[in-house]
Amino acid sequence: MTALLEVKDLQVRVDDREILHGLTMTVNGGEVHAIMGPNGSGKSTLSHVIAGKPGYEVTGGEILFKGEDLLEMEPDERAAKGVFLAFQYPVEIPGVTTMNFLRTAVNAQRKARGEDEYLVPDFLRKVREVAASLNIPMDMLKRGVNVGFSGGEKKRNEVLQMALFQPSLCILDEMDSGLDIDALRVAADGVNALRSPDRAMVVITHYQRLLNYIVPDVVHVMSQGRVVKSGGKELALELEATGYAQYEEVAA
Amino acid sequence: MNVALAKTTTGAVLDGTFAAARGRLPGVGTVAETRQQAFDDFARTGLPTRRIEEWKYTDLRNLLRDVAPLAPTPDQAALAQAAKLVEGLGTGDTQKLVIVDGVFAAGLSDLTSGGGVTVHALSAMLDDATSATRADLLRSRVADPMIALNAAFATDGMLIDIADDAAPSRPLHIVHVATRPSVAAFTRSLVRIGNRARVTLVESFVAAEAAKAYQAHDVAVIWIGDDSDLQHVRVMEDAGDAANIATAIVTVGARTKFNTFSLTTGGGVSRYQSFITLAGEDSELLTNSVHLLRDKQHGDCTFVIDHAAPNCLSREVFRSVLDDRAHSVFQGRINVHQVAQKTDGKMMSRSLLLSDEAEIDNKPELEIFADDVQCGHGATIGALDDSLLFYLRARGLPEKAAQALLIQAFVGEALESIASDDLRDVAISAAERWLESRA
Ligand SMILES: Nc1ncnc2c1ncn2[C@@H]1O[C@H](COP(=O)(O)OP(=O)(O)OP(=O)(O)O)[C@@H](O)[C@H]1O
Ligand SMILES: [Mg+2]
Repeated sequence: MTALLEVKDLQVRVDDREILHGLTMTVNGGEVHAIMGPNGSGKSTLSHVIAGKPGYEVTGGEILFKGEDLLEMEPDERAAKGVFLAFQYPVEIPGVTTMNFLRTAVNAQRKARGEDEYLVPDFLRKVREVAASLNIPMDMLKRGVNVGFSGGEKKRNEVLQMALFQPSLCILDEMDSGLDIDALRVAADGVNALRSPDRAMVVITHYQRLLNYIVPDVVHVMSQGRVVKSGGKELALELEATGYAQYEEVAA
Repeated sequence: MNVALAKTTTGAVLDGTFAAARGRLPGVGTVAETRQQAFDDFARTGLPTRRIEEWKYTDLRNLLRDVAPLAPTPDQAALAQAAKLVEGLGTGDTQKLVIVDGVFAAGLSDLTSGGGVTVHALSAMLDDATSATRADLLRSRVADPMIALNAAFATDGMLIDIADDAAPSRPLHIVHVATRPSVAAFTRSLVRIGNRARVTLVESFVAAEAAKAYQAHDVAVIWIGDDSDLQHVRVMEDAGDAANIATAIVTVGARTKFNTFSLTTGGGVSRYQSFITLAGEDSELLTNSVHLLRDKQHGDCTFVIDHAAPNCLSREVFRSVLDDRAHSVFQGRINVHQVAQKTDGKMMSRSLLLSDEAEIDNKPELEIFADDVQCGHGATIGALDDSLLFYLRARGLPEKAAQALLIQAFVGEALESIASDDLRDVAISAAERWLESRA
């Protein structure tokens, strides 16, 4: 069986500075992977490169998604094929209501896959259902995308989109930052509800606590642009106790 | 030396055009004299050049070269094309007043009077030998070569009277249709609104397939009484290689609201100049102007706002979205007269440049003779935000669709200013047509 995501020896530069120095990681369908690592180790960079953000120069290695060369695809093609990144810092888009944005996005993805666009009533029903499960009031969806949302509301909005788009690869970049304990539980429940044999999650976090809610199969430690150690969920507990000092030396 | 030479050349050519057209122009006696005077006024400068301060960024002698010959009176084929275009406007239930190639088309129009509304074709009024004031229909308080040229050549237009306390249930809708290439149409409409009236006025400019490289010259003179409300929506979708040179001269009474929206997507060369005088106290003026331009389109939005009475508020917002080598001009001038204490006047220009070669010129001017006023202006110029574009693309929107959504957001606030749902939809559709044609 082909892996859902294969990152092989990935080297990435930004402005002539190499940030990822040969990163390798394989994620299979049904798995949850956690990535932990100190600030600046390249976690968000990896997630951006997978999502196709411009401004990164891939100087070596490759990324395969369901066996296809991901780096050849436009960001919107990746989304339509099932790659989803919940951003660490979701942007605000004044003047575009969340509802309009969601409908435009869902329909763009469906169109790219050759599926029919959602009819408005079907779409509304779907959004209502998902929003209710995440404790997101419908009023919030009438506002501009993330405009005036609290930090936690922005994160919930990311999970809402994920639940709506039903992607096969979900990358969650610090979904837990800015969420209070109750909101964290609700969001984590939302993520867990999406777990399925043909879907995988990559959860980037600084805190072991999130992994009590979203229990990972594999934990990776990133340091200075590489995966320096991988292990089971107990690795996260270990890190909580020891910190990253030992890995920084390994990477250096 | 060169200037004088250019002047004579244009003047001489136009002399011929005027002489040729004269026989067809409605109005005799005083009207004909007024036309001749107007033409002489125009001929003193000819088409304005950049040397005339008010036309600094829109040098018509350079952009237009000449005034095209007067459009022939529309035949059956032209009227049939116009009928189709009018049907396709989708403006809902409006009282349509259709002008084809500069000539009022009675067969396509709804001349129903009643409920305090009286509508006439301008040509009929100019020809009315019993009217002692018919020549006044061609006069205006603003001295400007293009307004003068319009007075000389105006073939038709509307004369609309709205009585005190009237509140017509349907918007009045003047539709300008161009059907022929390489000709000029000169239209002039006058709208007189009484006191305590509530009115919606729509103006559309559209073109048939065959209409290329034509010129639409229009003047609208509007008086609004006291305690009234005028909602005005103008959508200009002339052919991409046509010229549209238009003027609005508006006088606003006391405690009156005037809300005007204009969208320009058409015209290779266009200028919409508004001279608005707030003549009575406690009135409110809102203007929202939007340019969506591409290729080598040149669009000019010029406002001269006179605060001539105390305690009035004016807000002018200009937004331009410019692609390719498009060029927008925003000139906003606020004159605060000595009596106009407590004036609150602000203008803002926001531009979104989609290409490195697009260009915007902003010229804000404040002239203030009262001491207790609040006036200001501002301008922003920017490109689409890359991080927003990426967010949208990461959610599945192809590049053009992501751009389109952000452009819609940029002009959205202006569109929101249109009170009527139907008319807002018309403006939104016109904006969408522009966005779709980019794809
Ligand atoms: N656009 C950029 N230009 C220059 N340097 C960049 C850019 N983006 C990232 N970097 C650098 O790359 C390194 C990795 O950044 P990245 O955001 O991937 O770290 P991270 O592991 O997500 O950190 P955190 O835990 O703080 O979110 C950092 O040193 C950062 O300064
Ligand atoms: Mg990060």
